[in-house]
Amino acid sequence: MKIDVFLYATLSKYLPEGSTNRSTVVNLPEGACVRDIIEELGVPEKSVKLIFINGSHARMETSLFENDRVGLFPPVGGG
Amino acid sequence: MDKILRINMGPDGEPTSKTEPVGDYAGLGGRGMTSAIVAKEVPPTCHPLGEDSKLVIAPGLLGGTTGAMSGRSSVGCKSPLTGGIKEANSGGQPAQMLGRLGYAALVLEGRPKDDTLYTIRISADGVEIKTATALKMKGNYDTVENLKNEYGDKVSCISIGQAGEMKLIASTVAFTDMEQRPARHAARGGVGAVMGAKGVKAIVIDDTGASMRSPKDPEKFKAANRAFVDGLKKHPVTGQGLPAYGTNVLTNVVNEAGAYPTYNFKTGRFDGASAISGETQAETITARGGKATHGCHRGCVIRCSGIWHDKDGHYLTKQPEYETVWSHGGNCGINDLDAIAMLDRLDDDYGVDTIEMGATIGVAMEAGLLEFGDAEGAINLVKEVGKGTPLGRILGSGAAVTGKAFGIERVPVVKNQAMPAYDPRAVQGIGVTYATSTMGADHTAGYAVTANLLGVGGNVDPLTPEGQVELSRNLQYATAAIDATGMCLFVAFAVLDQPETFQAMIDMINSFHGLELTGDDVTALGKKITKMERDFNTAAGFNKTDDRLPDYFRKEALAPHNVTFMVSDDDLDTVFSDL
Repeated sequence: MKIDVFLYATLSKYLPEGSTNRSTVVNLPEGACVRDIIEELGVPEKSVKLIFINGSHARMETSLFENDRVGLFPPVGGG
Repeated sequence: MDKILRINMGPDGEPTSKTEPVGDYAGLGGRGMTSAIVAKEVPPTCHPLGEDSKLVIAPGLLGGTTGAMSGRSSVGCKSPLTGGIKEANSGGQPAQMLGRLGYAALVLEGRPKDDTLYTIRISADGVEIKTATALKMKGNYDTVENLKNEYGDKVSCISIGQAGEMKLIASTVAFTDMEQRPARHAARGGVGAVMGAKGVKAIVIDDTGASMRSPKDPEKFKAANRAFVDGLKKHPVTGQGLPAYGTNVLTNVVNEAGAYPTYNFKTGRFDGASAISGETQAETITARGGKATHGCHRGCVIRCSGIWHDKDGHYLTKQPEYETVWSHGGNCGINDLDAIAMLDRLDDDYGVDTIEMGATIGVAMEAGLLEFGDAEGAINLVKEVGKGTPLGRILGSGAAVTGKAFGIERVPVVKNQAMPAYDPRAVQGIGVTYATSTMGADHTAGYAVTANLLGVGGNVDPLTPEGQVELSRNLQYATAAIDATGMCLFVAFAVLDQPETFQAMIDMINSFHGLELTGDDVTALGKKITKMERDFNTAAGFNKTDDRLPDYFRKEALAPHNVTFMVSDDDLDTVFSDL
């Protein structure tokens, strides 16, 4: 299944070369979870603080479905 | 910091000044000081621009010390925008200088007999008040340039632009930064109009000959300050995220969460977010030779700000903050960082609140004055404000007035103050703060975005009403207390997550003032300030129906989550039931 993955801030460096809009498409088998994305892209798990799937908070073990939009962030804040 | 400077702008002849002991207000600082003076001395039903109104400027409890992050100045008054009490605070150099000169507060009082403008110079030699005819209707940048030529490059300035002189209720009070640029603002609630109504164009502070304030227990203070700085540097938000990307790192976070108010709060995601994100902003700044990491005052170790250069590599403005990039950007469908930086510069120069102006232009777009996405049109509208044309005066009076003038229902305000950059339907905790804060819609008053979106200080689901009242209440009390210390609110990211950093902050206050406060005392201080402010607002005519979001937030579902604001009115009425 195809997953749209967005890697923001310091995580952008783990995107494949030539990626635009801070995003890439990752192909994963059915039943995959968020952890499979970061393993695929080589993102260290401890560098990920915030996980959004389709705009809602999720965890490393949350299951993915075709065409999900996944956004990953390191710890960030502002205001 | 044991004296209060009072300047009466009202007497026949010339303004008069007197310095008096801090008296009943001893032990107060920042918002605690400004709200106490306003609550005690300003009649709640007075006209905010009239003779009984006062403008109070106060450094925090640690202003003028070597303590890190202690450079905030609080500006308090009865707000001409909300009609309630107001405290707006700003970074920049003045707080430290006022503190070193020994002033716990500066109070502008009375009503001038005519429209003569004045500058006030405060130094170790005393107070000098001069007419400022040459500065009339000058922007903040020109004003400060003139003052620099007259008083030298070591002074700091507190000033108003054209908007404050015209007493527009979206006007700010500007504070100069380390480079003597009027780029930091006490922005919200029309505090600039109150300064304008007092006939004061600028306050120049010269701390030559003054020394740092000395702590009661220097060794303990030094150790506490060191532990505090270590805590800020260790926390990933204050130590890495904010320095590298600035506050605008939030554009992608809030957009990803579907909570980014777009096209005047019509939808929760903006297609152009990536182009105006903190990541893109930092890259652009670095490529143009600006600075992506820069503090707004000496002693800041977070340094969330930066210096924005135009396409030719020349200084234009400070790095626009998240709220500004949102208000003038996504909220108006504008995805051009150069246009947003120009709007930021114009706002700072005229002295208008960037949040209010962006929200106002969003309302003007909704009204059909211009199309969403029209950056040039937005710049022209802000220029109308600076010129003081009839249209400019309507826009400079903020989103609520503009919405009324053009017959628009979708106007995102509470107590007439525009909402900042988080849709309350998709961040319900911040919705509680918008609704119930004494200040009108204000994200800083109880920044529930932390636990709602950022995973700081716990986790509370942003899309449901559960837990939001308690979250907002606790944050509102904690914030009122932090605002009294004079510390930058961004210390909260580390303080909320790291108990030892919270303790270090309390140790700083205790060792400096010879106190023995505990964490509970800090909460109690926040409650005390909030109660003073609530009581003032009640006496000014506010009741529970003012603690509400506009109706449409309950009726119109926000994409992509298709959610409305669901915290009930009854629950909103319990936010301050323990006061």
